[in-house]
Amino acid sequence: MTNADQNSNYISGKTSDWEIVIGLEIHAQVLSSSKLFSGASTEFGKDPNHNVSLVDAAMPGMLPVINQTCIKQAIKSGIALNAEINKYSVFDRKNYFYADLPQGYQISQYKYPIVGEGSLKITDVNGEDKIIGIERIHLEQDAGKSLHDQHPSKSFIDLNRTGVALMEIVSKPDLRSPEEAASYVKKIRTVLRYIETCDGNMEQGSLRADCNVSVRKPNGDLGTRCEIKNLNSIKFISQAIQYEAERQVEILENGGVIDQETRLFDTSTGETRSMRSKEDAHDYRYFPDPDLLPLELSDSQISKIRSEMPELPDQLVERLISEYGITKYDANVIAEEKEYVQYYENSAKNRDGKLVVNWMTSELFGLLKKNNIQFNQNPISPNYLNELVELIENKTISGKIAKDLFEIMFATSKSPKMIVKEKGLEQVTDDSAIEVFVDQVINENKEKVKEYLSGKDKLFGFFVGQVMKVSQGKANPGLVNKILKSKLK
Amino acid sequence: MSNLLQFSISETLSLLEKKEFSTQELVETYINAIEKTKDLNMYLTTCFDQALEKAKISDQNYLNGNQRFLEGIPLGVKDMFCTKGIETTASSKILKKFIPTYESTVTQNLWKEGAINLGKLSCDEFAMGSSNETAAKGEVINPWNFEEKRTPGGSSGGSAAAVAAKAALAATGTDTGGSIRQPAAFCGVVGLKPTYGRCSRWGIVAFASSLDQAGPITRNVSDAALMLQVMSSYDPKDSTSSNKDVPNFYNDLGKSIKGIKIGIPEEYNSDGISSDILNAKDMTINFLKENGAEIIPVKLPLTKYSLPVYYIVAPAEASSNLARYDGVRYGARIDGNSLDEMYENTRNLGFGDEVKRRIMIGTYVLSSGYYDAYYLKAQKVRRLIKNEFTEIFKQVDYLVTPTTPTTAFKLGSTQDLLTMYLNDVFTVPASLAGIPGISLPIKLDKNKLPVGIQILGKDFDEQGLLNVAKVIESCASFKDTPNGAAS
Repeated sequence: MTNADQNSNYISGKTSDWEIVIGLEIHAQVLSSSKLFSGASTEFGKDPNHNVSLVDAAMPGMLPVINQTCIKQAIKSGIALNAEINKYSVFDRKNYFYADLPQGYQISQYKYPIVGEGSLKITDVNGEDKIIGIERIHLEQDAGKSLHDQHPSKSFIDLNRTGVALMEIVSKPDLRSPEEAASYVKKIRTVLRYIETCDGNMEQGSLRADCNVSVRKPNGDLGTRCEIKNLNSIKFISQAIQYEAERQVEILENGGVIDQETRLFDTSTGETRSMRSKEDAHDYRYFPDPDLLPLELSDSQISKIRSEMPELPDQLVERLISEYGITKYDANVIAEEKEYVQYYENSAKNRDGKLVVNWMTSELFGLLKKNNIQFNQNPISPNYLNELVELIENKTISGKIAKDLFEIMFATSKSPKMIVKEKGLEQVTDDSAIEVFVDQVINENKEKVKEYLSGKDKLFGFFVGQVMKVSQGKANPGLVNKILKSKLK
Repeated sequence: MSNLLQFSISETLSLLEKKEFSTQELVETYINAIEKTKDLNMYLTTCFDQALEKAKISDQNYLNGNQRFLEGIPLGVKDMFCTKGIETTASSKILKKFIPTYESTVTQNLWKEGAINLGKLSCDEFAMGSSNETAAKGEVINPWNFEEKRTPGGSSGGSAAAVAAKAALAATGTDTGGSIRQPAAFCGVVGLKPTYGRCSRWGIVAFASSLDQAGPITRNVSDAALMLQVMSSYDPKDSTSSNKDVPNFYNDLGKSIKGIKIGIPEEYNSDGISSDILNAKDMTINFLKENGAEIIPVKLPLTKYSLPVYYIVAPAEASSNLARYDGVRYGARIDGNSLDEMYENTRNLGFGDEVKRRIMIGTYVLSSGYYDAYYLKAQKVRRLIKNEFTEIFKQVDYLVTPTTPTTAFKLGSTQDLLTMYLNDVFTVPASLAGIPGISLPIKLDKNKLPVGIQILGKDFDEQGLLNVAKVIESCASFKDTPNGAAS
């Protein structure tokens, strides 16, 4: 990376350039049918306090029992993030009082997390690979929800989310711009969705991020950081970081100092505001939860999970490039979602992979977006996209017809072969038939033919267009060119 | 039949089987005994109607020959055990009117085998205390020389007193630092703290999770074996419960102790220890010698650190375990103008002084900046204490010590908290190490108060402990009855 490239990330202040330093803590809800330490369901959207066991409500004498599914999910996530899996980890109690925290403590992992250091490859603003360090992943319980808007003087508590398993994925402070942060979150989301350890549903809160932001003179000492809590969309993450970095730069350039504090992002104003300062920070009094034994994993347990890992996005991108001959950019687009990959691989079977990827990422994604349709509601089956490309490859239809045909397929979900047959859209590849069209055009445009023959070469395109029009787009463009050229001598 | 209260569990079971009396008669007799001993303030809640209903079923089972292991045995339950449909308060105002919708695993194990619940027994608030004086509903009076108003010990004071006063045939207790063994010694009954993990903690109000362990309080050693057998179980709902097989403790009782090695730790001594207690220890040593055991003086130099370690670890865990009593979901709530004010009001009025003191100590030792110096160091010393026991059990099979430095003192006489905490000095080490311990009465002291002796053993060797205790019991032949007992 050149200096010029790097500078594009800097904020240019009045006195100097400033570099943003970002570390993210992503809270990813573990995909599991029951909670981290109780048998209660994790189903989203249930009536308040429907998914609550005696353990979740912290009734006297109730004890947590570790959910092995959640452990497995954390290990899978660690492997996917090239991280060290710790064979010994400990659940600790993080003590604080809040009405939606029934136990009076959150069970989390403090000194000994289940997953240690790892890394994730992202694409930076210049389209280059960048490795972001992962500090650790630990498992912890989610808290409940306080509802303050249901009654004029009372707050209500919903414990459905209480005790649901979260993975906290802590990055190193390796991110340098809001765009990189966004790219990192997207990539984490993609990876977790791939290996099915988190549904990545940000609107439902399954993936949220706390952003630690500081600024410094380029390559200088790290500045004081502020933590922006609980951001639940990639857009808000970028916005909040940008705002916060600019706020810090302004303070520093005016001779101020940054207070280490926790801040909230106001989505309506796009600003961050102080929530609590370092002095007000809780003393969480972490200590190992005596109700739970330390978690010990065996090598065979870990290697079994390792052997069952599905293909990861980075491996997949490599494979797509070599197997289908598509560009890295296209491979990355396809790899973003598992369902894209499935669709692509089904529709590209025995076809030109480049052609298929173009149809999929430009035409199909375009129509879906235009009509506001989710990918899983896509009206064109992969078989039919495969057929369409087959029709193009064997020259049954022309490129122009193909676009119209695609729109019909999108509207009707019908087989392209069927539509071509019904509407007679086959490309005309018969020389004599094309000659008829060419003759017709020459006859109808005698003046233009004269002009062409007297040297106005540009008119050739006009004749091609006219022939295609007369043939209703069915004439093979190559043959049209060839025959036109021979007749216009 | 003359006096049904005099029989032990094993005797009662065989008489019920022979239909010498019915379970209903037995339960009625115990209900009567509870009424007669009301002044001792042992029961917080009774469930007589339910007990009589259960007695009918037991009688039917005896009639059909379908009797279960403890069919018809009337028990008292320490108020730390959650009992379905029956108020469970842990002797605290903060849990007033709390009626669990679930039954603790240990009590469920007992009811499944036909035992009958007479009611809930008083204890120190949240099991924090050694004299039963911290109970919200007032102290229990020791049935021995009851007119002198002495402590039954604590925290399972109600349980030990009820068994001694014949207001229950046996009772459940919980032991965190001596809460079964010390009151058993003070009340002249048998108290057994099993190995940590032998009994499930599920459904027992938590005090200090890494130390809490349920166990029986009974009239004699055989009854302790019977009770323990039923109370023990592997419980997947308690991650710290052990999946070791539960032996048939009762059937395997009575083995000879010839050739076994008994260690006598020299550190289990203190300045204030009475000559009666030292004498009881010597008597016990002689009983063991007479039965062919080898007596070996041993050293456990870390013993002196046990009490300070205990008073860091237990309050630390308690401060966190008791955070759930916040007035939000159940138990008492004293409203306030904000959430914090509601917490403060509820916890201020809901908890007694001793509980508050321990929450404060626990919060302090876990605080940032103090954690390493207190909690972490205490845990390290705890591990060393455990190791010291492991090492000593390579040399000897069991340890014999006094259970307490004194016999039952007068209620209200101990103003100094440190003196109070010193009561646990001989019981706390085994709790920290997680090893089993049993206390049984040997004799009466000069004030006609019972003196207890403690036997400690290896992890999960309750069987051996019971065997040794049985030998000592038959030699000591302790047959006295307190003057406060029902008759």
